[in-house]
Amino acid sequence: MALDVLIVDDSAAIRKILHRVLAQTDIALGDVLEAGDGVEALAVLGKRKIGLVLSDINMPNMDGLQFLTSVRANAEWNSMPVIMITTEGSQEKVMDAVQRGAQGYVRKPFTAEQIKEKISSCLAGQ
Amino acid sequence: MQPPITPNEIAVIVGNNTEKVFTTMLGLEVQAGPVDPKATLTNEEGKVVCLVGFTGQWSGSGSISCSASLACAISGKLLMTEYESVNDEVLDAMGEMANMIIGNFKDEAAAALGPLGLSTPTVIFGNNFQTRNWNGQSWIAVPFSCEGECFEVKICLVPNPALSAQGAAKTPDLQAV
Repeated sequence: MALDVLIVDDSAAIRKILHRVLAQTDIALGDVLEAGDGVEALAVLGKRKIGLVLSDINMPNMDGLQFLTSVRANAEWNSMPVIMITTEGSQEKVMDAVQRGAQGYVRKPFTAEQIKEKISSCLAGQ
Repeated sequence: MQPPITPNEIAVIVGNNTEKVFTTMLGLEVQAGPVDPKATLTNEEGKVVCLVGFTGQWSGSGSISCSASLACAISGKLLMTEYESVNDEVLDAMGEMANMIIGNFKDEAAAALGPLGLSTPTVIFGNNFQTRNWNGQSWIAVPFSCEGECFEVKICLVPNPALSAQGAAKTPDLQAV
């Protein structure tokens, strides 16, 4: 079954790069959707069933950690895999994201291989 | 008041993280040049300038500036697209480059400066403009060569009076420039 993916990042450049990386994976990809912040992302989740979310942390309006908390508070999205892809590398932020329910954490700058490996391990754990 | 790390130490952190971002994201080598620890007014004629703000016990900003042609080359490598002139995609790509370089600098510098927050990037492109810090604060400027051109990464850090007093006990002795 094809996997629909949501990329949440305020940078169009990063969304474009992640699009390209996703196309290089072995995953049977469905639609790849985009959102520029947590508010837009929640709106997408309200309309579409998403199989994987790749989210930044530092974003306007609603950041990635607030978005993650909202996702985990919703029974329908509770087990949806979310990987944080962010410049934030402090131990506090990583722990915060994991405690809020992130299944993976990749720090920018990243290689395509790092993203692919994290997605594979994340989906294998489902 | 100087930050509790020297300009040279700041330059090393800038150099390491700039090199990491360029090699990882672009596959490009960069070569750092001699550091200017007291850069002030900078003529940015025709340049793309990306600014990211710091908040915390030390506040200020980091910036990256380069020519329009180098911005197009960097963005082209990042997005695997050719750009002949600066457009929204180039500005966005350069903002993300600044976010990664300054963001990684922030995490490493936080060991000496305490936790720092980061603003989202602001990107400026145009002619006939200059940049300077408020109240004449100087930058620690690190020049780099890349693809036959030069770009500059600059850091300005000043104590945040409201917060630095709370963390004063943890701040190491100040070191001379």
